[in-house]
Amino acid sequence: MSSFAEFGNDLYSGKRSIDFVGRQKTWYTVSLVLLVLAAAGLFGRGLNIGLEFRGGSEFQVASVTNFNNFEARAKAAVGTVNPGANVVVTKTGTDTVRVQTEKFQSTTLSDNVKSALAREFNVSANSISANIIGPSWGASVSQQAITALIWFLILVSLVLAAYFRTWKMSMAALIALAHDLVITIGIYALAGFEVTPASVIGFLTILGYSLYDTVVVFDKVRENTQEAIGNGRLSFSQAANQAVNQTLVRSINTSVVALLPVASILFIGYFLLGPGTLLDLSLALFVGIAVGTYSSIFIATPVLADLREREPAMKALKKRALRYQAAQARREGGESAGGDSSSQTGADGDDSSQRDIARVASGGGTSATARPIHPYVQTGPRNQPKRPPKSKR
Amino acid sequence: MAINPHNRGPLRTISVLVLLIVGLYGLLGAVSTWGTAQRTPKLGLDLQGGTQLILTPKLDKAGQQINQGQVTKAVDIIRARVNGSGVTEAEVSTQGVGDIVVSLPGTPDAATIASLQKSSQLRMRAVLVTGSAAPIPAPAPTATPTRTPTAPATSTPKATGTTTTAPKSGFPPALSAATTTPTTAPTTAPAPAATPTAVPPSATPATGAKPKNASDPAWVTPQLQAAFDALKCTSNPKSVEAIVDDPSKPMVTCSSDGTEKFILGPAEVNGAQIANATSDQQTTQNGSSSGQWEVVLNFNSAGTDSFCTVTSRLVSLPSPRNQFGIVLDNQVISAPVAQASLCAGTASITGSFTAASSKALADQLKYGALPMSFKLQTEDQISPTLGGDQLTRGLLAGGIGLLLVVAYSLFQYRALGFVTISSLLIAALLTYGLVTLFGWSQGFRLTMAGVTGLIVSIGIVADSFILYFERVRDEVRDGRALRAAVETGWGRARRTILISDGVNFLAAAVLYVLAASNVRGFAFTLMLTTIIDIIVVFLFTHPLLSILANTKFFGQGHKWSGLDPKRLGARNVTYAGRGRVTIAARRAAAEGTQS
Repeated sequence: MSSFAEFGNDLYSGKRSIDFVGRQKTWYTVSLVLLVLAAAGLFGRGLNIGLEFRGGSEFQVASVTNFNNFEARAKAAVGTVNPGANVVVTKTGTDTVRVQTEKFQSTTLSDNVKSALAREFNVSANSISANIIGPSWGASVSQQAITALIWFLILVSLVLAAYFRTWKMSMAALIALAHDLVITIGIYALAGFEVTPASVIGFLTILGYSLYDTVVVFDKVRENTQEAIGNGRLSFSQAANQAVNQTLVRSINTSVVALLPVASILFIGYFLLGPGTLLDLSLALFVGIAVGTYSSIFIATPVLADLREREPAMKALKKRALRYQAAQARREGGESAGGDSSSQTGADGDDSSQRDIARVASGGGTSATARPIHPYVQTGPRNQPKRPPKSKR
Repeated sequence: MAINPHNRGPLRTISVLVLLIVGLYGLLGAVSTWGTAQRTPKLGLDLQGGTQLILTPKLDKAGQQINQGQVTKAVDIIRARVNGSGVTEAEVSTQGVGDIVVSLPGTPDAATIASLQKSSQLRMRAVLVTGSAAPIPAPAPTATPTRTPTAPATSTPKATGTTTTAPKSGFPPALSAATTTPTTAPTTAPAPAATPTAVPPSATPATGAKPKNASDPAWVTPQLQAAFDALKCTSNPKSVEAIVDDPSKPMVTCSSDGTEKFILGPAEVNGAQIANATSDQQTTQNGSSSGQWEVVLNFNSAGTDSFCTVTSRLVSLPSPRNQFGIVLDNQVISAPVAQASLCAGTASITGSFTAASSKALADQLKYGALPMSFKLQTEDQISPTLGGDQLTRGLLAGGIGLLLVVAYSLFQYRALGFVTISSLLIAALLTYGLVTLFGWSQGFRLTMAGVTGLIVSIGIVADSFILYFERVRDEVRDGRALRAAVETGWGRARRTILISDGVNFLAAAVLYVLAASNVRGFAFTLMLTTIIDIIVVFLFTHPLLSILANTKFFGQGHKWSGLDPKRLGARNVTYAGRGRVTIAARRAAAEGTQS
């Protein structure tokens, strides 16, 4: 616990820094592999499409007490009404038997199946739920889901572009979003989870959540990069990386807190309720939130940095920052030889400012009167904003 | 007791929230005591048991569009049908683009479901035979069944002028050209080709005779005649519903008020061909209002053609075969006499209308004009036992989720976790009140998906507290005193909370508007809780934290307060100019390298 707090402090102060942005190639590769896997799953195995998309009937027999040989019994019961029907029987939850079969032509047939099941499992017809779904139902749901997706993407990219005042952030967020969506669906295909309209809605909700995470990180990125552009000590990537590090604890906390209730639904849904809206929704959300957290840290910000670093202004900033950091390192090397062992040209901007102080503390720490002087008395002028000479502006 | 002046602002903000909650529950109490509201949220069918049917309009042609007005009218028609079948507490609503959701408690029988799906077809058929359905007169038609003139004719006013009003009960009203194109001589209808059958009605059709057109009495077969004789319009409304309305065949039916019965020829104009129908006051030739109500029909081009053909033929036929039955849902709602051959695409029905009855007929013509029968998309039967189980387990899941979140925030934020807990409780209070209130005012019902949305939102609401707390911690790490840290942290967290909640709300709203399934409740609760989240953070969490920052426990950073500067690594405040302070940990790092 305290180590986690320490971890957070170190990340914030820059004492410890994970290079999220600099090693973007690694993350991209990881994601690429995941995406390829997802695509392979999607096109190879295909999605396990739920009853709602195929059309059919589903019966749920609740409060069953005798589970001996329930599959054969359920099949026999359906067979009496509709011989030769394709029947899938599963046990869901603790006391429910789910019977899925093709669509019946009339309601009387399905009523007959209901009473046959009730007789077979010795329950009242009241505790059997019947669900008859036309095949176009799922199709119209997905149709609307796609419409919703398109509308959402348009609106959200506008809102984000307006909020962050740059379309690149909104583009990076959308790339992360697409990444989440594809991986989530890929996981569904690979694991063979059933895709129902509820899962489709779950996928759409993920969009909101994935963006939520990304927006939180980007907000900090914006703040840090504005500061970096102001003082020219960090390049865009460095500032962005610092932002990710500083929001890491926050991202972890928010994701954990968002995942906990979803996990409890998933748990209850899996062990007590059986397949249904609850389980489908929570599974989609669980997978999506987890992937969304990953992408907001490892994908969204590196992509944004890559996009922004191409701008001339950002290239200039990088040059400026490198010059500043090199100067810091040089000064340090010259004045306090060996005082600070790490002399690489700052991959991390905070290192350089640390060294700045370190140099002061170790180098010219005493005055003529041999009285220790507060470091800032000496560092004063160097803390003033540095204006590059006119020729270089 | 003197109030700490620093607390005045926050306390004022909190009192706004208290007022809000008291108002909400006061309203709820009032409407549940004196109104019809319940004190608990209304439950959806999947939680309390029942049947939900989702009906999609079935369109005759591909590419046909359905507008909102048609759907609204369809909902009205279906609602009338459901209520007519004796089901109480049924709810009919629209969903998504054109779907209609019918929720019934209990399990409806197959007949009810079929009656809901049934199309609401409007067709125009030529009248072949009429008869009084009133039980009093001796069944005259039985003797000479096919002789239409001998049937107890409902004193048909022979077309004398466009504005002729029917003397009795609106049947048969006169059908004439719309008054915008006043027809002068209705009887001048040429009707050349379309009237091949000036066949004397006395001719009893041979069974094998092929009817030449829709008005040909040859349609009336003995079977049809027998059905006509047996038909009793007043006794049992079900007998009318059982009639098969096949557009290509003649049919036997009653008028909607049950006073007359008809044998009608095959359908010639259908409802889809009526472009519009309005009720209006008749205007005389000089343009002043006559005070007579009429219904003006406008046809589309196909309708104009067929209507032209039909009226041209009818106009020269003897009564009652000059009448035109307008059939909606198997019943003749009006059977006007054709007074002219109407080829202009407009027509007006006149008669003894009142403002209300002409409006009703116009509406029936306009919306009955829907070529809408419904396809049963899904039928969900939920047994009450299963529904109850689902609810308790859903609540259990919510309880566990809440507990986990509480435990995690206590673990991460120590005493600050209690701020999270109390904020969550306030949010729960608001949510419960609002959901119940929406149940009363908007008929919102909490479904399983809605419950899921509520549980998921626990995490999302708690997230905004985390954003805030982490911001405050950042400021504390920067070396700010807690009170200052709370204010600066809030200033920065507020923006983030607003935009991230905004994105969430947007996602939920898009889902709500476009999703057409029972998962809509999920989107609704997400939307609701996002707004509640913002209310709670602004009106409760932030003011509460401001007040707490003034206490000794939090303000001085007690070890268990969650805001302990030492644990957060802030040791010294260093002013670094430009309104910023340096991070104390950097100094620590510097000191580390020194030694």
